[in-house]
Parts: sequence; structure tokens; C-alpha cells
Amino acid sequence: MFDELTDKLEGVFKKLRGHGKLSEANIKDAMKEVRLALLEADVNYRVVKRFIKDVTEKSMGAEVLQSISPGQQIIKIVHDQLVEVLGGEAEEMILSSSPPTKIVLVGLQGSGKTTMCGKLAKFYRSKNKSPLLVAADIYRPAAVDQLKTLGKNIDIPVFHVDKDPPKISKKALDHASDNNNDVVIIDTAGRLHIDDALMEELKNIRKNVEPHEILLIADAMTGQDAVNIAQEFNRRLDLTGVILTKMDGDARGGAALSIKNVTGKPIKLVGTGEKLDDLEVFHPDRMASRILGMGDVVSLVEKAQQTIDTKEAEKLEKKLRKESFTLEDFYNQMQQLKKMGPLESLVSMLPGAGNALKGLKIDDSAMGKVEAIIQSMTPEERAKPKIIDGSRRRRIATGSGNSVVDVNRLLKQFNMMQKMIKKISRGQMKDFAKGLFS
Amino acid sequence: MKFSFKRLVKGLSKTKDEVFGKIRTAIGMHQKIDEDFLDDVEEILIKSDVGVSTTQKIIDGLIKANKLEKPQGEEEILELLKREIGKIFSVNGSQPESFFAIDKKPYVIMVVGVNGTGKTTTIGKLAKYFHDQGKKVMLAACDTFRAAAVEQLEIWSQRSQAEIVKSAPGGDSAAVAFDAIQAAVKRGTDVVIIDTAGRLHTKLNLLEELKKIKRVVNKAHPGAPNETLLVIDATTGQNGVRQVKVFDEALELSGLVLTKLDGTAKGGIVVAIADLFDVPVKFVGLGEQMDDLDEFSERDFVEALFK
Repeated sequence: MFDELTDKLEGVFKKLRGHGKLSEANIKDAMKEVRLALLEADVNYRVVKRFIKDVTEKSMGAEVLQSISPGQQIIKIVHDQLVEVLGGEAEEMILSSSPPTKIVLVGLQGSGKTTMCGKLAKFYRSKNKSPLLVAADIYRPAAVDQLKTLGKNIDIPVFHVDKDPPKISKKALDHASDNNNDVVIIDTAGRLHIDDALMEELKNIRKNVEPHEILLIADAMTGQDAVNIAQEFNRRLDLTGVILTKMDGDARGGAALSIKNVTGKPIKLVGTGEKLDDLEVFHPDRMASRILGMGDVVSLVEKAQQTIDTKEAEKLEKKLRKESFTLEDFYNQMQQLKKMGPLESLVSMLPGAGNALKGLKIDDSAMGKVEAIIQSMTPEERAKPKIIDGSRRRRIATGSGNSVVDVNRLLKQFNMMQKMIKKISRGQMKDFAKGLFS
Repeated sequence: MKFSFKRLVKGLSKTKDEVFGKIRTAIGMHQKIDEDFLDDVEEILIKSDVGVSTTQKIIDGLIKANKLEKPQGEEEILELLKREIGKIFSVNGSQPESFFAIDKKPYVIMVVGVNGTGKTTTIGKLAKYFHDQGKKVMLAACDTFRAAAVEQLEIWSQRSQAEIVKSAPGGDSAAVAFDAIQAAVKRGTDVVIIDTAGRLHTKLNLLEELKKIKRVVNKAHPGAPNETLLVIDATTGQNGVRQVKVFDEALELSGLVLTKLDGTAKGGIVVAIADLFDVPVKFVGLGEQMDDLDEFSERDFVEALFK
């Protein structure tokens, strides 16, 4: 999906090369594509509108960085803005200095509240707390049984009594202080945000318990209605935060942006699987990448900016033009690449590489072998590989701990590479990469 | 039970008031199909989760029809819009005349879906629906995974006076389905409804489990399951399309049930689904009570959106 957006943006910017700044017109065209991507990710229509307006203003007149394409640069601006709106830094769960810490989970039916209760209980126990689960869903058939079973499986006590959720919650607090539970997690029944009677019940629970955290549990697959749901829950209950569930699916999760936008409340945690350990801190940057439907291209762009020396790159370009690319240059290139991390992850971050390099196993150790062989050459040999005869090959092989066959193969590949460099284009990248590391 | 148009209208009343009422306002404001009007239509459809490409298709159709027919005034414009949305539904074949031709005994219905869409509740309602038709119903509790899923189904079986076949937690779900069908054959049960574990469609090994249930059911009773229904939550966004695709590829769906239409979500995802797949919506869920289930009618659905 990322390829789709990048390709579209590259298409928009095809004519832009050579310009120093992004113009109003090309930003507008680019924003059309970004808008579609956000809508397809289920970000609310109105939220998208506002977002596009903000990001357009930010992009106007931005310098086109030399190291990356304008398309990628727009993605970076959009991405950064998304991260900012989603909350910048990860925000932690509140732990009260005077226990017990009281937590209430609320949300629609089927958003995953009960499962999340189990996950939170485990989470707090791993922090040496003693949690108590409270079954305040008296409506859904077998909801209390579900929480009891969960509690039994992970050996966490479950409190349940009566038929009145606000009263249950209050009694649970007494029970907690009697039993030295320093975290109380209250599971409430799923309800529609427009169900006045049930929303009133939650208000009463809130009043009785005075929770430190009252969290909306929201399904990552939620569509446009996420704004109405979040707004209503927040208006009536003044939430302290949000937990996104079912993030292990393939939904793009635009609801996260909508919810954050209309409530202003932090997204604190995400549920990432069926097991009770599948709970993670919310990372705005990862969420932004996911909403845009892309791999981690922003990190790649940043890494490239940090590690590739512009002057070095210019020198190399000149050499490539003159076809004077030597083994020494090749070696230096490898060092530059290595600074950016393991090859496999690097390739996975490359736009378009996903398909072009499918089925190609990239082995970092193969690179180590190549490195060792080149290191065992004299400067003269590196500059003029042609002088490497049989006896030199044997010496290099022994010196680098490889066989002559390996040395032969490298020299042959390098020879091919020199020829290929002349005609490198995007379409031939696959053969190029294969030749290098197979 | 006939499709209760009134109830759907009631269920969609917030929809109507908040969003689709705006269509009328929009038409009232513009009185003709112009750029502004089309922008409003786009907003309304996308905000109903109809999705970008299907929305564009509807708008393109509207522009074309406008040129040919030059509709005048509110009613004609509204008619045209409804017709264009209706077209999306009918491209992949129209809705079936009858929902379940119960022509086999037992008639086996397998219910699947991602977590939290309302499978078990829907099964409870379906059991009541068939019970009301004088059918003998049996439920198979094949969600042996989620805590207390069996207990939940058991309560629904009591409410709807259906029999239930179950196993211990963590048991083999396919074996439960097999036992249920054998028991149903022996006892002359009319309808068997199989509840399965909620699974995200991205969990491939768990889809394999569903396939296995289906295979075993087929062995136990050739031709079964006679229906494989996917339950979709009306609040679901564009991921609903992925859900249909993956479940359909794995299990060959015969229909959808759209649940939770009593909220403010518009369920427009079924329009996007109809645009891409030949899997009709069969029922809509409109609440937590046993009778809150209605047969779906595409015409009435579209009609209700604009009432």
C-alpha cells in the first residue's frame, strides 16, 4: 500500500526535479493523494479536511532536500504532522501515589473490554502490583463468567456481587482495601454512546469510584463513526485516555487519529493479539506509518540524511559517470550502507523494493566475506582489479580466509557490476542487487 | 417474519437525522446537481463508510444520469441518488427472494466473523427466528477458545428454546460440530447453527480451523453447511472489505449479517462490499434483545437512509 502512495506522489512530482522549493500547485496535487490515503485508512472525513489544511500550510515553500525525492519529503512532512497530532511522545498510565489506583474501562459492545481487563491485570502484576478485577457487566450473558475465567487463568482475583454496577464498583473499593489490592480494574458492559440510561450508569460509576483512569476501549477497525463514539463518551465521562484494540489485524487504524482529534485525550496502550501478554505502549510514529500504509520509510529517510555524506555522494556520482568505479569505491559504499543497519531491514524500508526484491535472501555475512576479500587487497589491486592474477588471487584468498573460488566470484561480479553501472535504472535494480549478494 | 421496514427506519433514525437528513438540506439548498451538491453527497457517503472508490462510482453515475435526465426538484434528485446506490447493490446479482429455503434436514448454518462483531448474539436471535417459524433448532458451541463463550451461547439457547451441543473448554471445535450434526440427524432437528470463535482474518492458522470445521461438517452431512454467514459490525470501516475477501476465499460465504445498526454507525461498508463481492446481506441486527433481528432488503435499506 505504501508503494501505491509513494508511486502516486512520485508521479505528482515527476516534473518537479530541479526546482528548489515545493510550489503551491504541486503541494495541492500531492495533498489530493494524501487525502485519499487517509480516507481509505478510515480517518474521519472532517478530520482529514482539517489535517490536510494544516499540513498544506506547513509544506508551503519547504526546501526540497537534496538527499530525498520530493514525494518522500511530502510523506515525511505528512508523517511528522500525523505523529504530532497523534500525541508526540508515548504517554504512560497513571499510577496513584495513594493506592489503590482505580481504572474503569468503557466502550461499545465487542470492542474488547473484558480481554483488555485481563491484559491490564497482567501488566500491573508484572510491575509488582496486586490488581483486583471487578465484573460490572451484568447485562451481557456470561460476561461475569468470562472475566472470572480470565482471572482464574492468570491467577488474579475477580470481584463480583449484586446487580447494580455503581454499587458493585463502590463495594469493590472496600474489598480492595481489605485485601491489599493496589490496582482496581473495573470491567463495564458494552453500550452504545447514545444509550442514555446506560451512559448515566457509567456516570454514577465514575462518581462512586473517582477513577484515576477512565479509558475508552476502541476497536482499531472502527470506521467513520469513531468521532461520534469518542466524542459522546468523552463528553459524558471526561475520559483520561484511550486504548486501541485488535491492532494485530490489518486495519489501517485511521480511527486513532479521529479519536485523538475529537477528544484530545492520549492514546495510551494498544492491544496486539489474543494472548494476555499482547499489550504494548502506543507509539505515535508507528501509528502514523500504519495509517499512511507504509513501511518505515521515514526512518529510512532520516537514516539516509544522517549517514550519507553529501560530498561523498557527489564524488561517487562523478566517478560513476566517468566509469572509474573501483573496488575501493565499492568498499566505501558498503561501509556507508552498513552505517544504516542490517541490509534486510534496509531493503524492506525501500520504497518499491518490496516487490522488486521478493524472494531475494539478503545475507549480511555475504557482505562480510566481500569486505574481507577487499581488505586483503593492496591499494593498487583495488584500483586496478585487472592486475590480480592467479598468485595474487591465492594470496588474497588465504589472507581473507576464503577460497580462490570466492575471490574469483567477487572479481567476476565486480566486473559485471562495472558494466552494469552504466545502465543502472530502476528496472534493473533487481539484477544488480542479486549480482551483489547472491 | 417479514422485513420490518419500520424497525429499520427506527434503527437508522439517528442516521437519518444526523446525516442523511442533510441530503435533503443539501438538495433544498442547491435545488440542482452542481459541484457543491456533489461535494455534500461525497461527504455524506464517505462518512457512512461507503468508501472512497464506491462513493466516486455513485457520484459518477449521478453526474451521468443528471445529464441524461435533468431531474428537477428535491424528489427527483433524491430518486436518482437512491437509484445510483441501488445499482451498486444489484450489479452483483439482486437479493434473493427468500432468505433460507430450508430444503434440507438438518439445515446447517455456520456463523463466522472477527472478534466482537456479535456472532453469539446473532445466533441467539437466529435461533429465535427459526423457533418462531416452528422449527426445531440446535446450537453447536464451537467457540472453545474464548473464556465463557460456551456459557454465553448456553444462555441464548435457553432463551430461544434451542438445544445445545458443547464440549469442555479448549476442546476440538470440529468434533463439537460433528457431534451436533449427528445428534441433529438422530433427533430430526430442522436447523443447526454453528457458533465459531471470533478470529481476526489475519490469523491464518485460525482460519484453517474454520476450514476444518467446514470440512468435517460436510463429511457428517453432505451438502452442509448450507449457509456460511459472516457477521460484520456496522461500525466497521474499510477493513470490512478485507474481512469479506479473506473469509470468502477461505470458506465461500453465502451471506452477511450486519450488526449494531442501532447505533450512529451507518453500515455503509455493506455498499462498498456489494460493489466488490457477490455476497448478499441477509440480516441486520438492531439491538440486544432476542427480536432485534430483521431480514435485510436492499431496497428498503437504501429507502430508509433517505426517509
